[in-house]
Formats: sequence, C-alpha cells, structure tokens
Amino acid sequence: MPEPQCARPRSVAVEAVAVAAAATPDGGAAPGHGAAPEPGAAPQRRSAGSDGGAPTGKPRGLWSDAWHDLLRNPVFVVSALVIVFLVVISVWPSLIASRNPLSCDLALAQEGSRPGHPFGFNGQGCDVYTRTVHGARTSVVVGVLASLGVALTGSVLGALAGFHGGAWDAVLSRITDVFFAIPVVLGGLVLLSLVAGTTVWPVIGFMVLLGWPQISRIARGSVITVKQNDYVQAARALGASPARIMLRHILPNAVAPVIVVATIALGTFIALEATLSYLGVGLRPPAVSWGIDISDASPYIRNSPHMLLWPAGALAVTVLAFIMLGDAVRDALDPKLR
Amino acid sequence: MAEAVLEVTDLVKHYPLTRGVLIRKQIGAVRAVDGVSFALAPGETLGIVGESGCGKSTVARTLVGLERPTSGRIRYKGEDITRLSGRALKAVRRNIQMVFQDPYTSLNPRMTVGDIVGEPFEIHPEAAPKGDRRRKVQELLDVVGLDPEYVNRYPHQFSGGQRQRIGIARGLALRPEVIVADEPVSALDVSVQAQVINLMERLQNEFGLAYVFIAHDLSVVRHISDRVGVMYLGRLVELGSDSEIYDRPTHPYTQALLSAVPPPDPAARAHRDRIILAGEVPSPARPPSGCRFRTRCWKAQERCAVEEPELTVPVAFRGQKGPAAHPSACHFAAERRSVPAAGGET
Repeated sequence: MPEPQCARPRSVAVEAVAVAAAATPDGGAAPGHGAAPEPGAAPQRRSAGSDGGAPTGKPRGLWSDAWHDLLRNPVFVVSALVIVFLVVISVWPSLIASRNPLSCDLALAQEGSRPGHPFGFNGQGCDVYTRTVHGARTSVVVGVLASLGVALTGSVLGALAGFHGGAWDAVLSRITDVFFAIPVVLGGLVLLSLVAGTTVWPVIGFMVLLGWPQISRIARGSVITVKQNDYVQAARALGASPARIMLRHILPNAVAPVIVVATIALGTFIALEATLSYLGVGLRPPAVSWGIDISDASPYIRNSPHMLLWPAGALAVTVLAFIMLGDAVRDALDPKLR
Repeated sequence: MAEAVLEVTDLVKHYPLTRGVLIRKQIGAVRAVDGVSFALAPGETLGIVGESGCGKSTVARTLVGLERPTSGRIRYKGEDITRLSGRALKAVRRNIQMVFQDPYTSLNPRMTVGDIVGEPFEIHPEAAPKGDRRRKVQELLDVVGLDPEYVNRYPHQFSGGQRQRIGIARGLALRPEVIVADEPVSALDVSVQAQVINLMERLQNEFGLAYVFIAHDLSVVRHISDRVGVMYLGRLVELGSDSEIYDRPTHPYTQALLSAVPPPDPAARAHRDRIILAGEVPSPARPPSGCRFRTRCWKAQERCAVEEPELTVPVAFRGQKGPAAHPSACHFAAERRSVPAAGGET
C-alpha cells in the first residue's frame, strides 16, 4: 500500500507548490473583483438589461466566473469538503478523538477493534484511531506550508526572471536545471539524515529547497507569455512603471497556472512527507505522522493489517482530495474549456 | 503644410541577431526599418501600407516609444523625443497614443472597462483630478459610442467591435494630438470595420487628431487617409496624397500592389491587368544591394543593384505639376495607365 504513494511524488509533479487549497478559490476571487464593481454598481446593473447582445445581470470577472464554475463541479465540492474536514481535525483533533495519541498500553498491542477503539491498536498498543486523527495535522501542516513556501519562492524568482530576461534569466534557468537533476528521495535521504530533530521544519525546508524550481519555471513561462500581450504594451505606451505593469497587468494574468500546479503539488508533498517518514528521515517518533505509523505497521501487515490500512487509507484519501481539487481548479481557470 | 506635429527623419531600427546563451555574440541584424522619413501635419491622416514584415508595425512602435530606434530622429513639435527618458518621456507620451490591432489581446481581461479606460488617468494623475475620473471615463465611453453604464463590465463580455471602441477610448483619454493606429480594423468583421473607421473619422474632426494609420487593406487606407506612404522591406518607396498614390502610382511596387486589388465590377475583372510579382520578399536580415525591390522588379537594370534610389520626385516628373509628380524611390519611375481604380471611394 505505501509503495504507490511513494512512487507518486516522482511520477507526478513532485517538487511543485501549492497555495492552501481552500484558500485558492477565495483568494483568487477577490483580486479579480478588485474594489471596482462595488461603488455605484447597483444603479448600473439595473439598466444593463436594455442592451441586446451583452449578457444581462450582474457583471462578473474571470475569477468569479471560475468560482461559480467550481461550485457547480461535484468533484470540487467533494474534495473541498474532505479538505475542510481535514483542516478542522488538524486544528482541533480533540473534537473527534479526545485521547492522547502518545498514551499506549503494551498489553493491548496489535489488538483488533473494540468499543471505544474502532480502529484497534498498533504494535505499541496505541489507539490507531486517535493516532490517525492526530496524524492529519502533520500532513496538512507539511503540505500547506511546503506548498506556500515553494509557491512564493518559485513564483517570485521565476516571475523576475521572466520579466527581466537577460543574464538573470539565464543564470536562474541553469540553477533550476541543477535542482531538477537531484532525485528527490535520494536527496531527502542524504540531506535530512544530517538533521536531527522531531519537528516538521527540516522536512518543509527540504521540500521548498527542492520544490521551487518547478514553480519557478512555470511562473517564468507564464510571465513571458503574458508579457507579450498587447495590453502590457498598451500600459507601457501609456508610461506605466514596471511595478505597475507587473502587479496590475502581468501577475493577475500569470498566476493561474501557478495556483493549479501548487494545488496539485500539495497532495504530492503530503505523500512525500509520508515517504520520507517511512524511510526514517522525515519526522521521527514521538511525532505523530501517517508515514511513521505506516512504517511501524508494515512488518505486521499479515497478522494485523488494520494497523497499516487506516493510516494508509487516510493518506490516500487526503492526497487524492488535493489532487482532485487541483484538477477542478485547473479546469475552471482554463479559458479554453469555457 | 502647417508645422508638422510629428516629424520622422531617417528612422532606423535594427534587431540584433545573436548567438550564445551567456556570452552573446552579434552575428547580424534584422533591418526592420531602414531609413524612413515623413512628416505629419496636425489633423492629418497618414496611411502606411505594405505587406507583412515590411516594418509598418515597427515604425508604429518606435513612434509611441515602445522601441528605441537604432538611429534617426523623431520630433514632436520640433522637440527630439528619441532619446528622452523618465519624466520627460512620460510627458511626451501623453500626446502620442496608440490603438492596437487585436482587440482581443489589447485589453487586460482581469480589469473592468472602467479601470482600463481610466488607467491613463492613474498613470498621469495630472490629467484629471481624482474625483472627476469616473465621470471622465463615462464621457469617453459615450464619445466612442458605448453605453457609459458599461464601466463595470469585463472585456470578455463585449464583441470585437465594442472592444476596439474601448481601446480607442483608452487612447483618447489623455487628449493626445497624435494617434498611431496599428491595423486597428484588421481583426474585425467587414461591417464592423466600417463602423470603427467612421468613428475614427468623427473623432478626428471632433478632437483635431492626427493619425498615423497602418494597414494592409488598401481600400481602408484610401478611405481614411489624406496622404499615403507605401513601405517595402523597411523603406518607404512612395509617398503622396491618396489620389496621387492610388490613381497615378509611379513606383513599380505600388503598381503591383494596386493591381492586386480586385475591381468591384465583375465584368472588369476578366480583362484587368494584374502584375504578378516573381519570388519572395527577401530576408530583412540580408536585403539586396541598391534598390530593395530590384529582385522582384520587371524594370530592374544594373543601375538598380548599385545605386539606391532616393525617395524624391523622380527626374522624369520634376518641374511637372500633375499628380504623378510625387516622391517615389525608383530610378525608372513611370506612370502605368491601366492600373484599375483600386478600392474606390467607399
């Protein structure tokens, strides 16, 4: 069961980034609107219907169009609900699991489920249900923070390279090539084994370090594409400053691919954290993580499969939810599908 | 002619061809524009025609300061604006604005129409006081024939013609004296083209605008222009009033170009006299010596390969008063009687 999860980071977009999934549509919708529609909007809307060709009703920006598309997409709704649930239990795990995940009773080791302990006990006699619920926090924190870090670093560097071009671009492109050549799991085994500690920070730092080049490439390409549009030329011809061109004209139009890749990559970061923890270089006990639990349980899969199936299932559902969400966001933001 | 509002002298724009990633070596240059001169009087329309890749758009982009010319001078009311930068350049830009070819890419899809048309005021805050801007934007929309209530709409909610009107409103916002229109109707349906052209003519009368109107559609150019310049491979080959160019062309390239326009009368179509040019346009990276058109010209002789013809009134017509006596860059400039009336007045 853990194997396909381990393989995923390599085959899909491993080192990518993500913006917090739930934040994506909200955050996205807001800048599209700007402050513009509100002042004086109400009286205008009423008379807009008189025009034959133009659509009637409330005017919408592209971001809010995308948001309305998303709300009608069942894939998005289901994955968003799963993600909201995950976020809630990682902030307040005691809502549904009041026990301490670290209090274990060896006498109960590998026992099956029983009233009050629906998922049974693991090899140390800890409650699998409590540990699975508490493990969500690690996954969500690692996924969200690594994605944010990668998205910010990658898009700032990539956008600057795409905007300015020249030597800065050439140097940055070679550096990303170097990072692309590092195998993620091997890099993790080497780098993380040098760091001792049970916090999530070294793991997140490692993911940002190896993950930013992917986003940086996407941001660079996207900025270069947008930069050639006539509306950027028009702003230049008006005498707009580079900062204005970048912030008002290029970024809002270039950010969509970055958001999509980052959302999809969020799932792969969660899987990568589990992979590294499984290999013993990610988080280490007493930290609670699905990867650690999967690793601990794997020798006993034939005698007591429940120890492995619950955390592995939670991991699979989480990764799937983020990837489906990314897919839905991509479809909504792709103007060709309109 | 009254004092020129815009005067271009020997404008040259070369794009370097480079090789190498980190250490760039120049191995040549694309001579997009190679010595173009003309003057634009206030309130006048200068049409520039020519086939794709002849440098029309590069001329437009250098005029509005999107590209820096390699050499040559652009003077706005006598002031050399070619080397300006910073604040001085920004001030001049207020007076020379551009309308773009493709209304589908020239408007930012994430901005409302109000923001797009109002952006010039944000960049040049001295042009309109803050509280006044919204009203000014609505006025502009009204001027170009759009409902002023559309300020909160987004560009994708409009048709091509409406979008081009928005682009024109943006160009008008700062009350410029010169508008450079780079194929403003090429991307539009024919019926909409007429509307936009008529709008541009109306605005010209209303605001006293001078247009540099770039197009490859000869009839559109004839309709709107006072004077017409014909470009070939980075150079102006013929320049004159619209009737001079369309009725009495003396340059072989202009004659060939005009002969390609189908006459509106189907009966005349059978025995019209088309000039079919041989070969391709040479690469602007390696233009032919002497006259650039000689490789495709049926009149070419040895002299054409050696001596580059100047854009002046040809010797044969000097001293004459007729419409054939206008600048034409050809050693063997001559009238060609059978050129069918191209386009005609629409």
